[in-house]
Amino acid sequence: MNGLLRHKYATTAIIWVLLLTVPLWLPLLGGYTALAGRVLVFGLAAMSFNMLLGFTGVMSFGHAAYFGLGAYGCGLFLKYVTPSTPLAMIAGTLLGGIAGTLFGLLLVRRRGVYFAMVTIAFGQVCFYIAYKWDDFTGGYDGLRGFARAPIDFGAFKIDIANNSTAFYFFIVLVFGLAAAAQAFILRSPFGRTLLAIRENERRARFLGIPIEKHIWLSFSISCFFTALAGSLYALLNNFADPLGLNYIMSGNIVMITVMGGMRAFWGPLVGAVLFVMLQDYVSSMTTNWMFFVGLTFVCVVLFFPRGLMGMFQKGAKT
Amino acid sequence: MTPKLEIRGATKAFGSLIAVSDVSMRVENGELRAVIGPNGAGKTTFFNLITGFFPPTAGEILLDGQNINRIPAAGRVKLGMGRTFQITEIFPELTVRENVRIAVETGLGFSLRGWLNRSDHKRVDEACDEVMGLANLMPKADRLVGELSHGDQRASEISMALALKPSLLLLDEPTAGMGDEETYQITGLIRRLHRDSKYTIVLIEHDMRVVFHLADHISVLAEGKLLAEGTPAEIAANVHVQNAYLGNPE
Repeated sequence: MNGLLRHKYATTAIIWVLLLTVPLWLPLLGGYTALAGRVLVFGLAAMSFNMLLGFTGVMSFGHAAYFGLGAYGCGLFLKYVTPSTPLAMIAGTLLGGIAGTLFGLLLVRRRGVYFAMVTIAFGQVCFYIAYKWDDFTGGYDGLRGFARAPIDFGAFKIDIANNSTAFYFFIVLVFGLAAAAQAFILRSPFGRTLLAIRENERRARFLGIPIEKHIWLSFSISCFFTALAGSLYALLNNFADPLGLNYIMSGNIVMITVMGGMRAFWGPLVGAVLFVMLQDYVSSMTTNWMFFVGLTFVCVVLFFPRGLMGMFQKGAKT
Repeated sequence: MTPKLEIRGATKAFGSLIAVSDVSMRVENGELRAVIGPNGAGKTTFFNLITGFFPPTAGEILLDGQNINRIPAAGRVKLGMGRTFQITEIFPELTVRENVRIAVETGLGFSLRGWLNRSDHKRVDEACDEVMGLANLMPKADRLVGELSHGDQRASEISMALALKPSLLLLDEPTAGMGDEETYQITGLIRRLHRDSKYTIVLIEHDMRVVFHLADHISVLAEGKLLAEGTPAEIAANVHVQNAYLGNPE
């Protein structure tokens, strides 16, 4: 047990040291800081998704909807309301989170494949709205014409608009706060009831845990965090893409999570590193880069069924 | 005095099949009652009526004198019915302590809490230690339940039921599928809970040795009806029971 705990803290420490020193070592490996930003954004989306898959045992195939709504909410706010980065992020997070919360009410009595199918359907509804509503969302071309604004603290400004290192550390800050909040939720009595539902729903029900309510809450929390990741994605690209709402994006989130290891807290982040690396390096060589992502996915699932992080987890502990 | 559990003329029909027919039973406070019967006697249906898996077609179920016919299973848990299942129902990839902890926290009404203050935390820890101690699980507290022996898994499950502070403990075939040593372990646990901790217990059991060693009273079901009721000695001497189990000579 002590060994396991030490192992967990060591993992967390290593991850934070690596994240905080990215601008020092990533250029040496031929990367650029924005790439690390992508990793964190996809990592956060997948970690949020994993609260549902890995820690509640519920499979959603439509998390792109909340990711995309977060991105569009953030972009639309910057474009039409006011150019304030923090307010736009809040707007995006609320849009995706509230949509997920309301939609979750219709979902919680579904299980397994049915749950997954209904989540895909809702994701596609959002996709087609963004795709067809040219005047408002930019339709097929995506939403352009907004840009992240420097964050003004009155006394001083953080120029996340032009200084890519400052923007990277801004993403690290948001990511860190979100990850800490997730860890806090998962270690709470409420978080333990989610593990109970994952492990044995029937038993959990007979203990007197209101299963539907807890799955709904878990889904809702997961959607808020996913939408937060989506709003960061819009800021990262200064662009919101309708494909970010598509089921392919949902599939990417699932792949990232499973490759990284869905039983490990940091697993999805590791998955995101692998995914973004493949996407960046392989897509510069061939347009068929998805083939190699898929191949890697199949290999990981075959040879490391618990994901990359699962390799390091001896005790199968969550 | 009001009995802990009383069943009056309980009947359960599934279509034209009458699984349980007009069964009555009184379980006093502090009693250990065993319900036995050959395969297909309606034991499990009877157990499901008590735990609230489904309501009876006719008859009444009273807990502490209160009619609970219409109260669903989860509500009965809140009224103090703790149960275990015929197939062990646990959270396999969590430790014994986590399994028990989830039950304790749910029992204390903390399941929606985002955090616990110091005194609540202490209450939870003490309650976990207490029930794990009762079941002799302290040395295995930090092992994953899924890795333990069948007997320890069952003991963990019983601990989880105890964590809810039940006033009535319902055990569905607690030694099903166990070898001699594990059966001995679990019967020892049940005996301690009954004699030392004064739990009122109703158990369904297949294994006759277990029943005759443990029970204060035995109810025998056969073909959905109550065939006999009495102390283990009375039941052992009962001709109808012998016929039901060994085959009717006629």
